[in-house]
Amino acid sequence: MATIELRDVEKIFGDNHAVKPMNLTIKDGEFICLLGPSGCGKTTTLRMISGLEAVTSGTILLDGRNVTWRHPSDRDIAFVFQLYALYPHMTVRDNISFPLRAEGMKREEIDIRIGEVVDILRIHHLLKYKPGKLSGGDQQRVALARALVRRPSAFLMDEPLGALDAELRETMRAEIKALHHAQNATTVYVTHDQIEAMALSDRIVVMSAAEVQQVGTPAEVYYEPANLFVARFIGSPGMNLIDGQLDGDLIRFPGNDSTMAVPAHFRVPLLAALDKGDDVVVGFRPEAAAISDDSTMAGEVYAVDMHGGYKLLHVNLGTATDPVIVHLRADRLASHPMGSSLRFTADPAMLRFFDPKTGRAISPSETAPVQTQPVEVTA
Amino acid sequence: MTAISQAQKESTGQVQPRRQRRELSDRAILNLFIWPTLILLIAWNLFPLIYSLFLSFTDYSAIANKAPTWVGFQNYADILSDPQMWKYFATTGRYALVTVGMQTILGFSLAVLVQEKFKGSGLVTTLILVPMMLSPVVVGMFWKLMYNPSFGYFNFLLGFRNPSTAPEMLAGRFAGQPVPNLALWAVALVDIWMWTPFVMLLVLSGLKAIPDYLYEAAVIDRASSWFQFWRITVPQVMPLLMIAILFRTIEAFKSFDLVMGLTGGGPGDQTELIAVNLYRQAFLGQWRTGRASALAYIILIVIIAISNLYIRYLNQAKED
Repeated sequence: MATIELRDVEKIFGDNHAVKPMNLTIKDGEFICLLGPSGCGKTTTLRMISGLEAVTSGTILLDGRNVTWRHPSDRDIAFVFQLYALYPHMTVRDNISFPLRAEGMKREEIDIRIGEVVDILRIHHLLKYKPGKLSGGDQQRVALARALVRRPSAFLMDEPLGALDAELRETMRAEIKALHHAQNATTVYVTHDQIEAMALSDRIVVMSAAEVQQVGTPAEVYYEPANLFVARFIGSPGMNLIDGQLDGDLIRFPGNDSTMAVPAHFRVPLLAALDKGDDVVVGFRPEAAAISDDSTMAGEVYAVDMHGGYKLLHVNLGTATDPVIVHLRADRLASHPMGSSLRFTADPAMLRFFDPKTGRAISPSETAPVQTQPVEVTA
Repeated sequence: MTAISQAQKESTGQVQPRRQRRELSDRAILNLFIWPTLILLIAWNLFPLIYSLFLSFTDYSAIANKAPTWVGFQNYADILSDPQMWKYFATTGRYALVTVGMQTILGFSLAVLVQEKFKGSGLVTTLILVPMMLSPVVVGMFWKLMYNPSFGYFNFLLGFRNPSTAPEMLAGRFAGQPVPNLALWAVALVDIWMWTPFVMLLVLSGLKAIPDYLYEAAVIDRASSWFQFWRITVPQVMPLLMIAILFRTIEAFKSFDLVMGLTGGGPGDQTELIAVNLYRQAFLGQWRTGRASALAYIILIVIIAISNLYIRYLNQAKED
């Protein structure tokens, strides 16, 4: 069990800033996901924590111990690779026992340890096979077993489910979650799949363009995105973001007679951050929309997606030549034919406002600010 | 549809001869490729193989103006009961063991060294490969010069300045005293020099095929470099190494050109490898074509047997 702390950790490849100075404290037993699009530096960050990649500058502490320049084998961490990285010429048993044999453990003890992890992951029947004979899911179970058998103080996982098909991913995701609950070991998990990150993590570190965008619980990054990137990136589809203008207690939308009332808890912060007539970006999730004829927002139905349990409406707030599309969630039985006009409003509690000049969210006055946890993110 | 009927009309109707040639059927192309090769194979490989099998049961001599007479297994019995022949086989075995053994060890070591990228590593690799690309006859010629006790580089580099107290490698003498097997080891040294690069090349391609992530996983698993080498590098390279060893073993049993260039089998019969002896029986003064054919078949059987051992190992490694 361990805490992991990154202080101003940075990586530069040639002219390329792979990870900009990053600060992050991971608590003992916490499950952290590094989430971001490809090339955002999340895997590089993980590899720096493991020691497979050297930092350009900064400090890495494991359990308070400075390991920045320690060899990966001195860090007492296990790493699960995306492509499993099993030893192809060894049986599953030899693969799992490899780290134990490498440290010269006695045979009897190795057998006991293997018995334990094999029970946890239910792979008893696979021990005598070579990895090439196993399915992707089983290979990843073996890779997890190899990581578990050492009883490391922390687990690092680099898109461990990335190579599996959708159905298996879901099964394995549940298994990893169950495993974490049972072991309660500090885990850093890299993924580009937000569903995975939402489902697994205690906290999510959203990364983009080599920078941390937001650190927060899954609910925080979903409902209170710190900036426009997070608002767009999290959720499928992402948050609706509409350009508007601040006019006292109202937001007006150019080229449209729709208006939106500024919720009470945003009045003071909005006026503090912006002047009257300034541009502001209004954000709300598709499920925050309420469709009713006496609402203040008007648009035309552009497309309708049936999602089974609900319908997702694509509504055009602009004109045919200059469309502004928002996504609204509607009842699966409601009829909204394409081309029909529609009025809706958004739940004031779920409205968010962003300053278009900085891209950052404007915090409401009554609710607590987004970052209350002892995590400090500088970019 | 229209395109097809159009093509049919063209091919059945009035067609120019040039067009006809372009539209050879698959079958005709097949025959064109296969038959020339097949005829060559039959004339140069299959016929001699079968004819020599027949000759090995006769007392035929290529220079005697006499039809071959059938002697049954006489030639085989003669060879297998001749202690001299067993000695040549033993010499060949010793030679094969030493050359292939050393080539494996040195080739593997060189490959591990050259695998690391350093400034000029490409040039060094190419230079190491040069001996392999030379003609064995040329190699024999200039090693003969290098071994020369009076003016050769070999003794010079070893620090022997006086020819009368120096080793005469190819004559199997040291300071005038005969040293058993010295000439054999001298020839073996040249073979090792020439063919170590071959083993290196195959091992190198094996090493380069090992994915980095296996070593990353091993580092994470806290394996020492030594443990990584024996548990990952060696087993991963093994299939290619076995192929290199297989080729070199077969070649060692057929060793002829180098030995002929260096010693011609001498001094006495110190370097009389089985292939050299075969050549002597078949052509040099003896012309015992029937007996030589029998010997050739015995060598073939030995080589097939050894190859089978390796191939069986390789298949086993591949299976699980």
